[in-house]
Amino acid sequence: MSSGDRNLNKSALSDVNALVIVPQRKIGTKIMAAICIILLLLLARAFWKGDIGWSYVSENLFSRSVLAGVGNTIIMTFCAMIVGIVLGVVAAIMRMSDNPVLRSISVGYVWLFRGAPALLQLLLWFNLALIFPTIGIPGLFSIRTVDVMTPFVAALLGLGIQQGAYTAEVVRAGILSIDKGQMEAAQSIGMTKLRATLKIVLPQAMRVIVPPIGNETIGMVKLTSLASVIQYSEVLRSVEDIYYVNSRVIELLIVATIWYMVVVTILSILQIYIERHFSKGWGRRDASHQQPAGQALAGEAG
Amino acid sequence: MDAIIKAHGLQKYFGTFHVLKDIDFEIMKGEVICIIGPSGSGKSTFLRCINQLEPIDAGYVMVDDEIVGYRRDGNRLFPLPDREIARQRQAVGMVFQKFHLFPHRTVLQNIIEGPVGVQKRPRQECVAEARVLLERVGLADKANAYPSELSGGQQQRIAIARALAMKPKAMLFDEPTSALDPELVGEVLGVMKELAASGTTMIVVTHEIGFCREVADRIVFMDGGMIVETGTAGEILENPRNPRVKNFISAVL
Repeated sequence: MSSGDRNLNKSALSDVNALVIVPQRKIGTKIMAAICIILLLLLARAFWKGDIGWSYVSENLFSRSVLAGVGNTIIMTFCAMIVGIVLGVVAAIMRMSDNPVLRSISVGYVWLFRGAPALLQLLLWFNLALIFPTIGIPGLFSIRTVDVMTPFVAALLGLGIQQGAYTAEVVRAGILSIDKGQMEAAQSIGMTKLRATLKIVLPQAMRVIVPPIGNETIGMVKLTSLASVIQYSEVLRSVEDIYYVNSRVIELLIVATIWYMVVVTILSILQIYIERHFSKGWGRRDASHQQPAGQALAGEAG
Repeated sequence: MDAIIKAHGLQKYFGTFHVLKDIDFEIMKGEVICIIGPSGSGKSTFLRCINQLEPIDAGYVMVDDEIVGYRRDGNRLFPLPDREIARQRQAVGMVFQKFHLFPHRTVLQNIIEGPVGVQKRPRQECVAEARVLLERVGLADKANAYPSELSGGQQQRIAIARALAMKPKAMLFDEPTSALDPELVGEVLGVMKELAASGTTMIVVTHEIGFCREVADRIVFMDGGMIVETGTAGEILENPRNPRVKNFISAVL
């Protein structure tokens, strides 16, 4: 036995090229894969055998009211995120101000609107007329609250304002991630603090801010479904209206699911491009700039 | 000749730590002053006080006959609003140890940000001036590069150009070569020597004794938050009177 070992050692040493690396067999992985595939097939079979009228799905997928609902979902996502981002940036800048009043207001805003559930906030805004029958500036003008507080406005305020509370924290984290020297350098060339924040610090912070905001935008697409509770006709509401009539509940919910997936997928792709835009100057660059990479590398070394 | 920057009775605390103790200082137009001394002696803090990056606790700093950061009414000093402080800062250019170029802007955009964005001067004129400045720091071909593509030495030369673009009355250098690889120090010092030769008023906090010897009209030695000794390069480097200066010089030379 020992002489055989010696022989093997010798042959290995003398002829390196004859050595062959045999790939690992990974039996466990293959068994796992087989089990998963079987389970998935069973699941697919269940759906196939289940009492799902797929014709209802295809019929309603592009029906006018569902498409209108999809449109309203997109509009609400967009508008609520705009409100949220504007409020978030303002709240984040206020939070970092030297003025204790502004700081406290910002902290209070985040505390209140991040604390209360989104659905509850929607209901509060929608029912505002119960406590304030009219709104306006005393003596100047006043209007009936029910005329203003439409489902759209209530949903926009409810979703946008609570989104702002989350975005404020994201923006603040982004601003904190930027080296203090950037602010000082900007100030040393005569910028005021506000200008330096907006022109120098925030654009750089965007690199850190965009991924979580993209995440939250995708979250917002789904959060808009809450607005169905206050009569805003987004996609969930539209399919509900249809299944109240024809009772094909699951089929219509599948329709809504498909649309949510489509919108979220498109947004995810969009996010990649936006992130690319804001990472300008951080090593990665697009081909439109004239300087060849080799020269940059030479500069780095020299 | 007039003093461009003057400090009198300047005191500065970080919490209870007394960083600057009763600093009196003057720099004339066209003069080059190097500030040397051990780390923690308050050299950088003093520069930052001149540019109002640090608030001062007592005394005053004057730049171009204006009290920095305050409006004087009799014997009372009222803090100036942010906008006025920003205006005053334009009179002095600052070069930082770690460059602090704006990484999301190209070299050219970094340089014209001040003159175009802050001073509201015509863009074309500023771009032309920026190209002259780039020529002067030897980086005319890098106008469209991003800072991350440049070496430390190149970034620092761009930072100098960015400060010069504001046409400041004086330039402050806060250890401009301390963050550089040794082989890159020369190119930055070269630019600074050229600036000094062209009559720029400069205060340089540095550990480059050779540079001080060659360029400084006066050397200020700081230790423990105080100015210990001031004199020409010959006086301070060859023949220091104070034993602390003597120890420091013999340690670094």
